[in-house]
Amino acid sequence: MNGFVYLPDVVTLELDAAKCNGCRMCTRVCPHAVFEIRDRKAFIRNRDHCMECGACALNCVTGAITVRSGVGCAAGILNGLIRGTEPTCDCSSSGSCC
Amino acid sequence: MTNSDYITGTYTLGDLEIPRVETRWSATDLWGTLKVRWSFGRMDYKVKPGLYAVGSPDRQSLVFVSANYKLSFDHLRRALEGMNAWILVINTRGINVWCAAGKGIFSTKEVVRRIRIDHLDQVVDHRRLILPQLSATGVAAHQVQKMTGFSVLFGPVKAVDIKAFVESGLKATEPMRMVTFPLKERLKVIPVDIFYGTHYLILIPALFFLLSGLSSGGYSFDRTLQHGWNPVVNLFAGYLTGCVVTPALLPWIPFRRFSLKGLLMGFLTATLLLITGSFGTNPLEILAWFLMTAGLSSFMAMNFTGSSTFTSISGVQKEMKVALPVQIALVAVGLALWIASLFITL
Ligand code: SF4
Ligand code: SF4
Repeated sequence: MNGFVYLPDVVTLELDAAKCNGCRMCTRVCPHAVFEIRDRKAFIRNRDHCMECGACALNCVTGAITVRSGVGCAAGILNGLIRGTEPTCDCSSSGSCC
Repeated sequence: MTNSDYITGTYTLGDLEIPRVETRWSATDLWGTLKVRWSFGRMDYKVKPGLYAVGSPDRQSLVFVSANYKLSFDHLRRALEGMNAWILVINTRGINVWCAAGKGIFSTKEVVRRIRIDHLDQVVDHRRLILPQLSATGVAAHQVQKMTGFSVLFGPVKAVDIKAFVESGLKATEPMRMVTFPLKERLKVIPVDIFYGTHYLILIPALFFLLSGLSSGGYSFDRTLQHGWNPVVNLFAGYLTGCVVTPALLPWIPFRRFSLKGLLMGFLTATLLLITGSFGTNPLEILAWFLMTAGLSSFMAMNFTGSSTFTSISGVQKEMKVALPVQIALVAVGLALWIASLFITL
């Protein structure tokens, strides 16, 4: 749903178009249609829609994409703060966590 | 929970014997689904990892990869109704696709390991796997191919679209690739939040209940019985405003920050409670409850970022940096005022 956009100008998503080979993988894995292909290169069209899941960076063969990925979840960040670790959702065996 | 009535028998292909699964849900499946949604006991709801047959698959049939969280598996097998296909269940420790991929449990390594354990290369002649799209956060398609020869195709986000995906020649359209968050989905994840920290849900209201017997004249249990129920109502109202009402109305409430949405709704609820008399008549007490219900609602609403499908970690961190101190202050000041209001009548 396009009505759901979180805070503007915060995400850490970066694309190095020089490295991109236009394989389209990022457009296939992104759950928020952040990328499109323009002139055989990836292009970030909806930056603020990015939820920093990291799927695009992980699946980009040429390493053209970087993003600091992690759980976008307050409870997870709190967990991290309390334990002094990286944010983590503590939902060991529950299926419907974060 | 290890009933497996979804296995209908054994399927034989050459010298292979593979459990065959039912595509329709039984009453047990439905009941199980309801139970995990409401997280009774946060139970194990797992399927044994391995290879399963749907219908009568052969060496050309498609292979669908699933998490071993039973709900994920149930949705997949139901979507494959009428097809002949393989399901390769990998071990995600009973966690759903999205969470498992985010935590690195639904991973390249695990997919590769499963392909090898089940000798998938000897079961099918082709070299193609279909993975749920949301596993892309944990699985690098090119790595799987490099290590096993199997190419990974990311299918639709939702299992219900699998039929259309297969019929269109394994092409996922843009809507199939998008994660949405409509009312129905939001309501589905709310139950998880309601039972967040169950013991506090009883402990804190009980404390308020007991404390309300205090006054400058000492402790009176009659007073407790007379005044103790309002705090309990107020606390639950604030809590539910944050974790049920705000998520349900999410896109229609102004502001982007969940904490602000929760704060606004908390003030609305507080106004209602004031009108109904639940805040009492002492101005100190009224102010106290305004602060506490708003702070509580704001905090619970912010927690919903964990269930939402569009919040980024950078955004949530930015939001929390401001919101958390404010929420703590609201509740702390509110609490102090409330205790003061027991002794001081303005
Ligand atoms: S996945 Fe990487 S190489 Fe492929 S189109 Fe996207 S940015 Fe370019
Ligand atoms: S991190 Fe996730 S949401 Fe953001 S652009 Fe990449 S795939 Fe899309």
